Amino acid sequence: MQQPIIEMRGIVKRYYIGKPNELEILHGIDLAVWPGEFVAIVGESGSGKSTLMNIIGVLDRPTEGSYTLDGVDVGKAKDSELSAIRNRKIGFVFQTFNLIGRTSAQKNVELPMLYARAPARQRAKRAKELLAQVGMSERAGHEPNELSGGQKQRVAIARALANEPALLLADEPTGALDSATSRTVMDIFHELHRQGMTIVLITHSQQLAQECQRILTLQDGRIIGERKGAGRSA
Amino acid sequence: MLDNIRMAFASLWAGKMRALLTMLGIIIGIGSVIAIVTVGDSLSGSLTDSLQSFGVGNITVSLQQKSESDSGGGAVRMFSMARPSEEDLITDAMLEEYQAAYAGSIYAISLESALGTGTVGGGEDTASVQVTGVNAQYADANELELLCGRFVKDSDGERQLAVVSDLACESLFGRADASVLGKSFQAAVGEKLLTFYVAGVYEYDDSGYFSMTGEDPVTEMYIPLAAAQKLGEADKGYQSFAVVAASGADTAAFLDETEAFFSSFYTRNESWTVTATSMESLVEEMTSMLDTVKLAISAIAAISLLVGGIGVMNIMLVSITERTREIGTRKALGARRSDIRLQFITEAVVICLVGGALGVALGVALGSVGASLLGYAVKPSLSAVLVAVGFSMAIGVFFGYYPANKAAKLDPIDALRYE
Repeated sequence: MQQPIIEMRGIVKRYYIGKPNELEILHGIDLAVWPGEFVAIVGESGSGKSTLMNIIGVLDRPTEGSYTLDGVDVGKAKDSELSAIRNRKIGFVFQTFNLIGRTSAQKNVELPMLYARAPARQRAKRAKELLAQVGMSERAGHEPNELSGGQKQRVAIARALANEPALLLADEPTGALDSATSRTVMDIFHELHRQGMTIVLITHSQQLAQECQRILTLQDGRIIGERKGAGRSA
Repeated sequence: MLDNIRMAFASLWAGKMRALLTMLGIIIGIGSVIAIVTVGDSLSGSLTDSLQSFGVGNITVSLQQKSESDSGGGAVRMFSMARPSEEDLITDAMLEEYQAAYAGSIYAISLESALGTGTVGGGEDTASVQVTGVNAQYADANELELLCGRFVKDSDGERQLAVVSDLACESLFGRADASVLGKSFQAAVGEKLLTFYVAGVYEYDDSGYFSMTGEDPVTEMYIPLAAAQKLGEADKGYQSFAVVAASGADTAAFLDETEAFFSSFYTRNESWTVTATSMESLVEEMTSMLDTVKLAISAIAAISLLVGGIGVMNIMLVSITERTREIGTRKALGARRSDIRLQFITEAVVICLVGGALGVALGVALGSVGASLLGYAVKPSLSAVLVAVGFSMAIGVFFGYYPANKAAKLDPIDALRYE
């Protein structure tokens, strides 16, 4: 059997360690995500969803437990190595798009490649391809404030794919969009999934989660349930 | 790096007004340094130029009254009206001995004996002249441009020949060319009316004092030394004379030797001694004074730069707070601390460099206006411009480092969540 993309064992996250107000958010998470899977993690606010996402996205380290991402042991990595892991292995899609202002769509897509030290010509070529893939070719020169929400999210997805990451990590990607544009964005995710991309979707919407292959429910810092989703046709 | 610079310009452009106000300290600082240096160069240039026309390399040896007590008072004595008696004057014998002793160091000894101011020409068109008896070597010590004829020769003896300025010549004959040579004219000097013959005409250098006041200048009229002494019934001797050091001689050392040589004749003289001075030492004094002024103003400008730098730091801190989410996003996309640090240092340096460039433009403009008011145009010194650019860059790095480092150390989660 293949190696999992995400392999978590006994992940615990505590804040204010050693202080009277010590707080344990995650109480030992075991999680495996296999290549090509489309997994949804659902949970109410306060369930530890964001904390888990930060750990999956290597923005934060677990207090206890081991986490291996695409064969790399994240627990032992130094700060600069974490930057490199985020850069190469993870594509982030945020609820609020987080495009860089006053910077064209194309330059936004080039950014992860810039941090990967890719040559300028190669960056421009790949950015154009990715924008074409999400149907944003004609807006490559536009700045974020000239784009609609759905267009921004499409640019953000293109940016997430720039360095051919092992994992696409989407945090409420449709949370700020109306239903029609949400549909377009979800269709892009399904298309990427069909092409073999591993995707983890974090959401509070059961309806959206239903579209995924596998749904994990998080409550009070524990995974309390796992079920199969209906898939795309839902 | 290129992308960093482009990004820095983009964010600068997005906040033009803010950036301009931030740069103001740097613009003023750099601008004033460049302006001051330019005006200073112009001032010392014009000073040197005007002194050069008097002969910078010349050593002036002159009699000076001994002060009763040796402590101070020399400057006051210089202007006192006491006149030396005939036996106190520097004699031809002394000069001959001097010339023999320092033959190798002396290029020329210029002697003069003033006869007084006078008027030449008649009727409406008259010219004022300063009639001075000179020896032939006077021409070597003073830059005179002969238009026609010849200068006074030592063999002229007591002949009443005259070398006049082109201005005086115009007044006398209505022209200043070779046709006037040998013509006679009358000059009223003091109570006397004297007749002279034109031996030569020199070009009057009008770059000096009179050209500024617009008055008719009093020009020199040179006659043979012996003639002047005879006409003026003057004493046989000199209160002062000028020595031109031979090229290659150490003027400063020669100056000391000259003073020592002549002082030896006056050790037993109760009230008079000899001092030697040179324009060169005067120019040096003036230049060092100007340098001090320049330095003082540069120090003030440095304070302005410091304040400007703090302004840059402040605006960078504001900018980083405003762009916390952007920093978080960049970190999530894989930016290392060093990438973030470099980005914001670049931005600070770009602000400072643009400020520096505007400052240089301002300084050059002010400097050339100032220099042209002084009537001595100079190019702004390239070294000052380079130093200014280097300095503004250093300010950018120095004052940009702290905010940039703060940005680099932001926690990506906190930064992404920042509202």
